[in-house]
Amino acid sequence: MPETHADYRLSQLDQLEAESIHIFREVAAELEKPVLMFSGGKDSIVMLRLAEKAFYPAKIPFPVLQVDTGYDFPEVLSCRDSWVDRLGVRLIVASVEQAIADGVVVDDGKTSRNRLQIGTLLNAIESEGFTAAFGGGRRDEEKARAKERVYSHRDEFGQWDPKMQRPELWSLYNGRLHEGEHMRIFPISNWTELDIWDYIGREGIEIPSIYYSHQRRVFLRDGMLLSESDFNPTRGGETVEERTVRFRTVGDLTLTGCVESTASTIPEIIAEVAMSTVTERGATRGDDRFSEAAMEDRKKEGYF
Amino acid sequence: MSTASQESTGESTATNMDLLRFATAGSVDDGKSTLIGRLLLDSKSIFSDQMEAVEATSASKGYDYTDLALLTDGLRSEREQGITIDVAYRYFATPQRKFIIADTPGHVQYTRNMVTGASTSDLGLVLVDARQGLTEQSRRHAVILSLLRVPHLVLAVNKMDLVDFDQATYQRIHDEFTQFATKLNIPDLEVIPISALQGDNVVNRSENMSWYSGPTLMHHLENVHVASDRDLIDARFPVQYVVRPKSDAHHDYRGFGGQVAGGVLKPGDEVVVLPSGMTSTIEGIDLFDKEVPEAFPPMSVTVRLTDDVDVSRGDMIARVNNAPKPSQDIDAMVCWMTTAPLKPRQKLAIKHTTRTGRALVKDIQYRLDVNTLHRDQETKELGVNEIGRVQLRTTVPLLADPYSKNRTTGSFILIDEATGVTVGAGMINSGT
Repeated sequence: MPETHADYRLSQLDQLEAESIHIFREVAAELEKPVLMFSGGKDSIVMLRLAEKAFYPAKIPFPVLQVDTGYDFPEVLSCRDSWVDRLGVRLIVASVEQAIADGVVVDDGKTSRNRLQIGTLLNAIESEGFTAAFGGGRRDEEKARAKERVYSHRDEFGQWDPKMQRPELWSLYNGRLHEGEHMRIFPISNWTELDIWDYIGREGIEIPSIYYSHQRRVFLRDGMLLSESDFNPTRGGETVEERTVRFRTVGDLTLTGCVESTASTIPEIIAEVAMSTVTERGATRGDDRFSEAAMEDRKKEGYF
Repeated sequence: MSTASQESTGESTATNMDLLRFATAGSVDDGKSTLIGRLLLDSKSIFSDQMEAVEATSASKGYDYTDLALLTDGLRSEREQGITIDVAYRYFATPQRKFIIADTPGHVQYTRNMVTGASTSDLGLVLVDARQGLTEQSRRHAVILSLLRVPHLVLAVNKMDLVDFDQATYQRIHDEFTQFATKLNIPDLEVIPISALQGDNVVNRSENMSWYSGPTLMHHLENVHVASDRDLIDARFPVQYVVRPKSDAHHDYRGFGGQVAGGVLKPGDEVVVLPSGMTSTIEGIDLFDKEVPEAFPPMSVTVRLTDDVDVSRGDMIARVNNAPKPSQDIDAMVCWMTTAPLKPRQKLAIKHTTRTGRALVKDIQYRLDVNTLHRDQETKELGVNEIGRVQLRTTVPLLADPYSKNRTTGSFILIDEATGVTVGAGMINSGT
């Protein structure tokens, strides 16, 4: 938080915050019906915090949308509710279960919940008529994200065309849309994983408890430690044991692995992240590991 | 195998670190991707799973060495074509600074990407191949960086290993470029001999070029002084969003949200609201739930005024005796970014700071040849990736400064009203 600045310098974290606040205000002013996509993960919590700051003391002028995979960690849902209550924002839950029941998406037993989220999300955006959806994507996460614009234009099918992106110059964002199209907005594009943690530490804000070290019954699958759960029956040869772990990302619990860790405070997590030799997605996200271009393919279809 | 670390002692330094945004330009042949890969690798910003993926791909293609360029070639179509087709952003940090690289493709048809990457950059990094020397392309890159008023320029003379680290080769390129740069607006220039492939003078000082006494590239990036590049004199606050809680707790609160574009704002300052010309005084400046004693670029704050004057989005708050003159006649350098050419009488949407209106092209005075700086006054249109001097008449007055004084209040984008696509980028000339 800037106090006095004899030399008028702004730390990089303050610069990132200022840029994100600018983006939130720009969208709220220019786009008719925005919504904030909230996963309950650390990135979307930082987004919510930035939105809170952008409009304070007024309430955040748009609702929050969560895609409920049915396989969410209970700790994440309770953190979500705590944020939504405190800020007094409207929460819309788009359920994958419901989308399957309504025939919006098809569960063939082979497709991951993460992939079924795409159809569920697009359906929710379309049925509510949202013209802008804030997402917590960061460009440092993955190669396909590195070319994403802050304002990412989606056609009437919700698709992203990496070759047709609008040039984005200075801080002059172009939010023009045609009927049926929408924008994905990435206000924390320029933040890195470490920035997110530094900010959470600095702001002292609540995040789901599973980010901190805890005891959990886990088993090893495809090199990842997965949580024991009714949604996730063990297969032959997999044995469940209790370990001291924490999660680096949160998502569909059948696909999101944890890492062994004793980091139980933000400074300890920061130290761990800074020393880590593996990207957060590479370590713990089954959905990004299927092919080198996995993320690019899902993005084109309309993934966050 | 390298590991990622930020000199961790349990507390990250990111809270106090400052930021340098830089744009890189050069073609595949100049080794730009390799250089960026080298910067990431030697600053320990590459994770082992990323490195393993690159090593595996290099091996499967039968390369003798790990192709660092693969670290940054993101999209599948690019990997197939072996070229970079769009601006990509990369991140790395050292204990002193966080860096955001706008990695722009170098070939001729992608001027618009270079303009995009340069628009937000503090520094431009142009690569040349020591064997080739300066090319038309490297001159073009320098011209674009200069037009976009990127205040610091580095010419990296790459592949010094392939000219036996020869000082005379470096000196020839150095002198030729320095000579060329005198025709441009480049306040700060550094010419650094490197080998991206072997790492000479990138992060670590080269043992092969003892004749070179200047900084390594990383040292320069970490220490180049950017804080003074902002305008801290002329207060400019484009109003973005009117904050009105209409709640019991904040019944009468009325604040103007925006990002400071120039100067320093303080409570008690007498200000003028443009274009209405109404005057008032700053009552307080809020950043979330705290009042701040002053606001300066690029802070996003909420400004409250003592009087209940009419202020809305698109207005600008400036100082009574230092404010831009509202004008509907705009003289600017425009970079055109779409296939159908820009022609006189064409109508477009224009966005300048938080203000949006329509613009009519009154005249295209000349087209600038970015290779020779020749002004072509014969052709009265601008094709894709061309830059020219254009006169516009706008429906709403713009509250603008010359781009040379302020990159935020001096820039605008042009939007095709039918497609909604951003088709032009403009930099306002002085004397408008």
